[in-house]
Amino acid sequence: MTAATSTSAIVATGLRKSYGEKVVLDGIDLDIPEGTIFALLGPNGAGKTTAVQILSTYIGADGGEVRVAGHDVARDPDAVRAAIGVTGQFSAVDKLLTGEENLILMADLHHLGKREGRERASELLRRFDLVEAGSKILSTYSGGMRRRLDLAMTLIGDPRIIFLDEPTTGLDPRSRRTMWQIIRELAAGGVTIFLTTQYLEEADELANRIAVLDKGKLVAEGTADELKRMIPGGYIRLQFGDAAELSAAASILGEVSRDDDALTLEIPTDGGVRSLRALLERVDDKNIEVANLIVHTPDLDDVYLALTGHPVTEKEPAP
Amino acid sequence: MSTYALSDAATMLRRDFRHLRRYPVMTISGIVTPTAMLLLFVFVFGGAMSSGLGSNASYVNYLVPGILLMTLGSGCAATAIGVNMDMTEGVVARFRIMAISRASVLTGRVVGSMIRTLISVVLVIGVALIAGFRPTAGPIQWLAAFGFIALVTLALTWLALALGMAAKSVAGANGSTLLLQFGPFISSAFVRPATMPVGVRWFAENQPFTPMIETLRGLLLGTPIGNHAIIAVAWCVVIALGGYLWARLAYSRDPIRSQ
Repeated sequence: MTAATSTSAIVATGLRKSYGEKVVLDGIDLDIPEGTIFALLGPNGAGKTTAVQILSTYIGADGGEVRVAGHDVARDPDAVRAAIGVTGQFSAVDKLLTGEENLILMADLHHLGKREGRERASELLRRFDLVEAGSKILSTYSGGMRRRLDLAMTLIGDPRIIFLDEPTTGLDPRSRRTMWQIIRELAAGGVTIFLTTQYLEEADELANRIAVLDKGKLVAEGTADELKRMIPGGYIRLQFGDAAELSAAASILGEVSRDDDALTLEIPTDGGVRSLRALLERVDDKNIEVANLIVHTPDLDDVYLALTGHPVTEKEPAP
Repeated sequence: MSTYALSDAATMLRRDFRHLRRYPVMTISGIVTPTAMLLLFVFVFGGAMSSGLGSNASYVNYLVPGILLMTLGSGCAATAIGVNMDMTEGVVARFRIMAISRASVLTGRVVGSMIRTLISVVLVIGVALIAGFRPTAGPIQWLAAFGFIALVTLALTWLALALGMAAKSVAGANGSTLLLQFGPFISSAFVRPATMPVGVRWFAENQPFTPMIETLRGLLLGTPIGNHAIIAVAWCVVIALGGYLWARLAYSRDPIRSQ
């Protein structure tokens, strides 16, 4: 919030967008400093994609002002386009071409020149582990490979600001890790990253600042730690063999929530190993047997419930 | 951006050529319908049809100019489908948010489609010659005929581009070009409009395909052209301009594919 305008990569004030009667974005304010990773967190239908589409000049806003890389998106879209790269939720690749041809197509459209374009294409194929796949038609690519190629195509033009709309949705855990690593490397190179995600874990892993979007409004913004302080923390659930052990444990643990039917206690925790060990030692000292243990860390549902008062509601799938 | 408009258009054209080379089936399928019509009407209906033309007139000669127009119509269907796939499958979304000339994307596409359609025309002329087509045209008339076909192709391709972009799905894109594919049926392509009932005849005589076919017929076979050429060229200019403006509008408009 202290960032001066001169070092802001993206500034939005009062951003609005409706489709007919349906209000998709209802007055969004953003100020994202250069060189940082910003995550827009929200469930399907919250308006994340619409926000990316407006910030990246794909569609126009109904109201509000947006400046990206110092240029107004409505008045000078080409200047914005020259500074940004976008990788959407659905791969924007030419399926009838090979991976390498796709990259060279992008290089040509960025007017890199024949030699530089080719060099840059093969460098990106190497960096994204697509060297072997480079000469194959895209229809043979897996989802993760397509997403990597899509991002490589975005990087051909050396954008200063990159929009990533749900970059890991639908990817397997290994591909997700790879994508996270790539995103971190980009940020380390000074690129500003605006990403949207449904996963608190992803925002937590990557972002300097996180904003939570719900029904077109930002309901919270801050660092991952700040957000976690706003929501009920995680807890450890202990289950016991019988009521006597449950009562014994409850008496030494003090203020805990107790469920006599399930024979469980829920103890608030910061999720750290130290507090877990301390807890188990206290129980162990009294020779109380723990039948079962679950560590629950806060997830998007908790954030939502705490910030909006309602659980995440899945929207109908996109048309 | 205008300094790059030409090179961007060339890049788009290269992309189109790659598709063309790798998937020649698009071009081949473009000649299936006109070739089938040609063979059907010459070898199956030919006897009956030529009796309506008067003595000594060869029906295959009468038919071919109209079949060539149908070839252009089929090419337009392929163009509209190709453009619609581009629009619905995301790669155009990427082009839209790059600092490239929007006209270039369309122009590259039009030139590529024209080349594909003209290849189809040459193939169909080959089939027609084998089927007995005997044009009387000299080199100048052939040149003029090709120039005229190129002009009509340009006009219809811009229109097909706009139709392809305006359509909501690939099937819709194909459907919207049916008029271009089958419009020649109610023209002077297969029979003289003079043999048609009054209302249909009025339409056949005044729709744009008839002056185009008559002009082509005149160039290839030496039949009188009269004012057909000027009317045909005027139609081409109107269709090309309308298609171009519509296509630009469709490309610039906010895509309503939010979620």
